[in-house]
Amino acid sequence: MSKRTHMRLAAPYGRLIDRDKLIRFRFDGECYNGYAGDSIASALAANGVRILSRSFKYHRPRGILALAGNDANCLVQVGPEPNVRADARLIEAGLNVSAQNVAGNLGFDWGRAVEYLSRFLPVGFYYHAFFKPGRAWRFWEPVIRRMAGLGRVERSAEHDTIDHIHLFADVAVIGGGAAGMSAALAAAAHGARVIVLDDGAELGGALLHGRHALDTQTARSRLDELRNQITNESRITVLSGATCTGWFADNWLAAMSATQYYKIRARAVIAATGVIEQPAVFRNNDAPGVMLASAAQRLMHLYAVKPGTRAVVLTATAAGYGAALDLLDAGVEVAAVVDMRDSHDGDAMHSALHTAGVEILHGHMVSEALTRKHGHELAGAVVRAADGSGQPRTLPCDLLCISAGWMPAAQLLSQAGGDMTAEADGAWFIARAPQGNDHALLAGALNGRASLAAALADGHHAGNVAARTLGLTSADAPAAPAFETPDGHAWPIVHDERGRDFVDVDEDLQVKDIEDAVAAGYTDINLVKRYSTAVMGPSQGRYSAANTLRIALSEQDSPLTGARLTTQRPPILPEPIAHLAGRDRQPLRRTPMHDWHLAHGAHMMPAGSWHRPAYYGEAASPALAAAREAAAVHQRVGLIDVSTLGKIEVRGPDAAQFLERIYTFRYARQPIGRLRYVLMTDEAGVIADDGIAARFADDFFYVTATTTGVDAVYRQMLRWQAQWQMEVDLIHVTSAWAAINVAGPSARALLTPLVDDVELAAAAFGFSECREGHVGGLPARLMRVGFVGELGWEVHVPAHHGDALWRELMARGQALGVAPVGIEAQRLLRLEKGHIIVSQDSDGLSYPEEVDMNWAVAAEKPFFVGQRAIEAMARRGLTRRLVGFRLPLGTPVPEECSLTLRGQDIVGRVTSVAFSDAVGHIIGLAYVAPDMAEVGGRFDIKLAGGGGRVSAEVVPVPFYDADNARQKL
Amino acid sequence: MLDLLKLGLRGGRPPRQLPATPALKPTYDVVIIGGGGHGLACAYYLARNFGITNVAVLEKGYLASGNTARNTTIVRSNYLTPDGVRFYDESVRLFGNLSHELDFNIMYGERGHLTLAHTDAAMRTARWRAEVNQHLGVDSSLVYPDDIARLCPELNLRDDVRYPILGALYHPPGSIARHDAVAWGYAQRAAEMGVEIHTHTEVTGIRIEHNRVVGIETNRGSIACGKAMQAVAGMSSELARMAGFRLPIRTIPLQACVSEAVKPFLDPIIVSGSLHIYVSQSARGELVMGGSTDPYPLYSTRSTLEFKEDLMMHMLELFPFIGSLRVLRQWAGMADMTPDFSPVMGLTPVENYYIDAGWGTWGFKATPVSGTCMAETVATGKPHRLCAPFSLERFYDYAQVGEKGAASVGH
Repeated sequence: MSKRTHMRLAAPYGRLIDRDKLIRFRFDGECYNGYAGDSIASALAANGVRILSRSFKYHRPRGILALAGNDANCLVQVGPEPNVRADARLIEAGLNVSAQNVAGNLGFDWGRAVEYLSRFLPVGFYYHAFFKPGRAWRFWEPVIRRMAGLGRVERSAEHDTIDHIHLFADVAVIGGGAAGMSAALAAAAHGARVIVLDDGAELGGALLHGRHALDTQTARSRLDELRNQITNESRITVLSGATCTGWFADNWLAAMSATQYYKIRARAVIAATGVIEQPAVFRNNDAPGVMLASAAQRLMHLYAVKPGTRAVVLTATAAGYGAALDLLDAGVEVAAVVDMRDSHDGDAMHSALHTAGVEILHGHMVSEALTRKHGHELAGAVVRAADGSGQPRTLPCDLLCISAGWMPAAQLLSQAGGDMTAEADGAWFIARAPQGNDHALLAGALNGRASLAAALADGHHAGNVAARTLGLTSADAPAAPAFETPDGHAWPIVHDERGRDFVDVDEDLQVKDIEDAVAAGYTDINLVKRYSTAVMGPSQGRYSAANTLRIALSEQDSPLTGARLTTQRPPILPEPIAHLAGRDRQPLRRTPMHDWHLAHGAHMMPAGSWHRPAYYGEAASPALAAAREAAAVHQRVGLIDVSTLGKIEVRGPDAAQFLERIYTFRYARQPIGRLRYVLMTDEAGVIADDGIAARFADDFFYVTATTTGVDAVYRQMLRWQAQWQMEVDLIHVTSAWAAINVAGPSARALLTPLVDDVELAAAAFGFSECREGHVGGLPARLMRVGFVGELGWEVHVPAHHGDALWRELMARGQALGVAPVGIEAQRLLRLEKGHIIVSQDSDGLSYPEEVDMNWAVAAEKPFFVGQRAIEAMARRGLTRRLVGFRLPLGTPVPEECSLTLRGQDIVGRVTSVAFSDAVGHIIGLAYVAPDMAEVGGRFDIKLAGGGGRVSAEVVPVPFYDADNARQKL
Repeated sequence: MLDLLKLGLRGGRPPRQLPATPALKPTYDVVIIGGGGHGLACAYYLARNFGITNVAVLEKGYLASGNTARNTTIVRSNYLTPDGVRFYDESVRLFGNLSHELDFNIMYGERGHLTLAHTDAAMRTARWRAEVNQHLGVDSSLVYPDDIARLCPELNLRDDVRYPILGALYHPPGSIARHDAVAWGYAQRAAEMGVEIHTHTEVTGIRIEHNRVVGIETNRGSIACGKAMQAVAGMSSELARMAGFRLPIRTIPLQACVSEAVKPFLDPIIVSGSLHIYVSQSARGELVMGGSTDPYPLYSTRSTLEFKEDLMMHMLELFPFIGSLRVLRQWAGMADMTPDFSPVMGLTPVENYYIDAGWGTWGFKATPVSGTCMAETVATGKPHRLCAPFSLERFYDYAQVGEKGAASVGH
C-alpha cells in the first residue's frame, strides 16, 4: 500500500475536524489514523491514499472525484454494509473499510483484464453475444452476474431500527447555503415556521469551502452572521446532515440523516440546492488525482488535507481560478491554469494568479492525463490548444483540478415537476420551477444567482414570495436580483481515438460508447441512456448527464439549446432499506381472551390482522382436534371466541335504506329485535362478504362482517355513502366489542342463570332474534344465530369485559361439560350445515346463484350494488355450481382445492372437505358444471399432488340436521 | 460472439440497429398504435407470419417508452384458469427461444419463481394453482418450508415473524428478461421486413366511416389505413374513447424500484401476495422490487413515498440482512386493470379496429404471445384461439376469466 504521507494543513484549515481526537480505522487491510469529523475519504487522503475503489466494468483504479457523497468512485464496503459513500461516512474507531468489486486487492486487481478486452466489448455488447448456441445464456448469466454488482450483502448483517419523524412547516428550505439561509430568515421574519434541510455537517453550503472572488474573509464572516441569525430565530428549525431525497406531490418531502428518516409536509418549498461542478472529458480523466476543483477545496478547507503537491487547473469557470488561488495559499504549486474559453475578462483573481507567476493558458484543453504505475498515479497533463494549433505540452503534476461548468442541482425540482434545459449550445443549463405549483420556488445558484450577493438577495426574495403566497404578509417582495449567466464551456470534451475518455465514470462509459449507441440507432437521449446505461449508476448522472447529452446530440447534429435531460426520479441519493422501512407498522391484534387461550393450550393461527385459536390441547392432527371440539358443540356446549368478527354500527333515519342498497337482501321491513343475513356483492355481482344485521332500533343496525373482510366492507360503505349522501352514520366498532358464540344443546342452560333482564326461553327469544340486556351483570348484545347448526347465542360485550365473561362462562359451564372451541371445529360445524365461507367457497367470480344463495337476493328491490350484473348473469345462465358431495368411508380425504373433472376437462374444484362424525361421511362442497349438479349424480375429484381420482356423489345440503330443528330448540 | 470479434478487430461504428423514423406515407394496410413490446411484436409477427409489411407502428414517445420500459420483467405461466394457463404457457415457450428468434440477447434467465403463502387462504390458492397448472402440463407445485430453505436459503423462514412463511407455489420456468431488449429486438427484425416505426408520433384522432376505421390522425399528419390495432397500455380507455367505444378498465398507477447493484445473492424470483411484494435480482446486480397497485385510479406516473415505506418494511421481513442496501431509483407505470384481471384482446365494436388492452400488471410476460395472437387476429379478422376467451364481448355477459388469485401482486 502507499506511503503514509502526512498531507494535513495547519489550522484554520479543517473546519470539520477535531485534531484532539485521533481515530484509528482499517482500510483494505491496513490501519490508518484520522481525526474526529473526518470522512473515510478525507482521512485516507490525509494519509496519502489516492485509490478508493475499482471501477464497475474495467476495474480501473479510482480516487476522489467530487467529495460530495454521491459518486461511485467513493463506494466502499464497511463491514457487512455495501456501497458506502466514503466521502460522506465519518470514521469511527475500529471501522473496517474494504474495497469492493476487486479480484485481488486495490493495488492489484485481476479484474482489470477486462479493460484489455474492451475493444471487443463495445457498448451494448451483451445484446449481441452470450446466447448462442442453444441455451448458452444459462452458462453466461451466472458468470456475468458475478462480474456485475459492486458491494456484497452479508447474510449475517443486522440493521438499526430507524424512526420516521413527521414534521410540518410553512416553508421548507432545501439547502443551507447562502441563498437557503437568507430565504429561511426572510420567511421566518414574516412569521413562517421554517425547516431548513441541509445535507452538510454544518450550514453554509459552498460558503464553507468555496472562494469568493478575493474577499473570502468577508464571505466567511457573512456566513457566521447568517448562522447566528438562524440560531437566534426560534421559528427556524435546522436539520443538518439531512439530505432531502424526495419531493413528492403536495410538497411532501422525504429527508434522511444517518439515524433518522423525516417526512415533512410543507406549505411552500424553496429549493436552494445550488449547482454541481462539472468534469471534462479527455483520455484518462478518471485517474486518481483528477478531481473537481470543489473536491480539492473541500479537502483543504473542511478537512485540512493538502490535495497534491503540483497542480494543473482545467477550467471554464471563475471558480477554477478561485481554486487555483486556494491551492497556492495551501502551499500547492500550480503549474498552470488551463482555461477552455478563448478569452476571459481579467478579473481580480486572474490578476492575482498572474502576479503569483502562474501560467494561464486561454483557449486550451487538457487532452490527456498521464499516469504511472499502471494508472495508479497521476504524472502529468497534456495540454494543447483547443483549435489544434501548436504542439501539445506536457505539464508534470500530481493533481488535476477541473471546473468545466455548472449543472443546476435540479434533481429534486425535476421530481416535483420542474424542468431543466441546456442553453447557449450546452454551455450552461437553466432550471425552472414546477408549473402550477405556486408554492414551489427556486433560489440562489440553482436559480442562476450564483454570486454571493445575488444568492443572498435571491434567497431573501424567495423567502418573501413564499410568505406572501402563504398569506403571511401582503407586502410586495423586494425585486429579485438579475440572472447571472453561468460560467461554462459548451464542449469540455476531447475525444481520444485510443479511448479511456470517460463520459460516465460510474458506468465506465467512454465517448465512443455514446457515439456508438447513437450510430446503432438509439438516438433519443432516453434510448442512449437505456442502451449504454449512461447516467444510471450511483451518481444518477450528476457528472455525466450533460456530457452524454452533448455527445449524443452532436452526433446527430441536433441543437443543444433547449434540449432536455432525462427525467430524474426519486430518491436523489440512494436510501438504505432500513431507513425506508422504519419501525414495523403491522400490528398484531389479539382478542381480550388471548391470554386465556394460550394458557389453555390453544394453537393460534393468523386470521387477517388477528390471531385466533385453531384448536385447543394436544391432538394427533387438527382434524382430530376439530372432531373432538365439534362433538362438544353437538352434545353439550362450546364457547367460540368470535371477537375478531367485523362489527359496524349503521345509525340514522336512512339506516335500513342504506343496507337495502349495500346488501342483496331486504331490510326495510326487518322488525326490531330480529336478525337478518347480509350478503354483499360488488358491482360485478361477485360475492364480497357476508354477516348478519341485528336491528336494535328503527334507526340502528348492528352489522357483522367477516374477520378478514370488514375493512374492505367498511371502505366500500364509506365510498358509497360519499356518493349517496344518505342520513346515516357508519361506525367501525370491531375492536370495541368482544364476542362469544355459546353453542350447543346446553347453551340455554349455561346462559339462563347469568341473564336476568332477557327471557331466553324459545317462546320469548326465538331463532334469528336479538336483544340487548346483561349477561353476568355485563351490558351485552345477544343474537340467536345458527352458523354452527346448534342452539346458540352470540354474546357481544364491551371489549374490556370480554375476558371476564369468557372466564365466567367457562367456570359456570364446567357442570355442563363446556369446552373451548377453535376455528377448525367451527369450519367443520358450518360445513355440516352447508354454510359457505366467503373467499374459501367463493372466489373472484362467484355470484349468489352459483353458490345456491339466490334466497338471499331480493331481486325485486329497485337497486343494490351488483344487481345489474346479477340480472345479466341470470339471463346468461350458470356456468358452474357449488354443490354438496359425499365420499364413502375409507376414501382418502381430498385436499381442499383438488380439481373436479369431467373426463380430462377441469370443471371446478373442491372448496371445503372434511370427515364428519355427526354425518358419518366425508362431506364437502365443490364446484361442478351445472348439468352435473343434480342430487344423486357423480363426478370425479382428482386427488391433489398427482394422486388418482375418487368418485363423489352429489348430495343435498345441509348434510346435518336437514330441517334445521336443532338450532331452533 | 463472432460478431463482437469482427467488430472489435475492424473497429469503426457498429451497424445501425434501430432505423430512423421515416416520413409518413399516405396509406398503410395496418396501423399499430403503440410502439411498445406488444405493438412491435404484433408488427413483427404480421410481417413474419402473414407477409403483411405495409405497416406503420406509431409511438407517441421514444421507442418502447411506456410500460415496456417500466415493468419488472417477470415471465411465468402459473395462472389460475385453464384459459390463462394455456395462453401464458405459450408465452413462456416463445420467450424461451426469443433471443434466437430475434438474434438479439434478451437475457432470458430461468430463475424459478416462488409465490410465498403466509396464510391458510394463500396456501389454498397456491394449491389450486398448482393443481390447475399440473393438470395442463405446467411445471408448478406446492412446496413447504424445507423445500423453500433449499430453493432460497436467503429467505427468513423463522416462525416468530409477523407473517411466517407456511409454504409456496414453486414454478421452475419463472424467468426474468431484459425488458428493453425485447422491444428493441422486435423493432429491428420488424423493420428489416419493411415495417415502419414512427416514434414521437402521437395519435390525435381515429377516422371512422360507416362503423369502419379508415384512417388515423396524428400530430405529424393524417394517414389512411385498412386496419388498425391499439396497444397502448395506460391510455387504452382514452384511445378507445377516440374510436367511440368504452372499456371496462380502471387505470391505476403501479410502482416499482431498484436497489443499487450488489454481488448476486438472490437467484429465484420471490413473490408474496400477503406482503404485497415481488423481487428478483437482475443480471446487473440490482434488486428489482415492486408491490401492489396504488389504492386509487390516476392517470399519472408520479412516485410516492408510502409505496417505498411499505415495500421495504416487508422486504426486511423476508430478508432481514439487507437493511443497509440502498434503493437507487423508483418509478411508476399506469396499469389498465380489468375486473377479472385478464386482458382484453381481439375485435371491437368498430370494424377492422382491433384491441390489445387490459394488461394491468401482467403485460410484459405476454409480449410474444400477444404479438402472435394479435397478428393472426388482425390478419384474418378472427380472434386467435388462445386469445378468444379474452374478447371484449365477455364483459357484456360477464363471461369473465377470473385471474385475480394469480395475477394480483404476482406480476
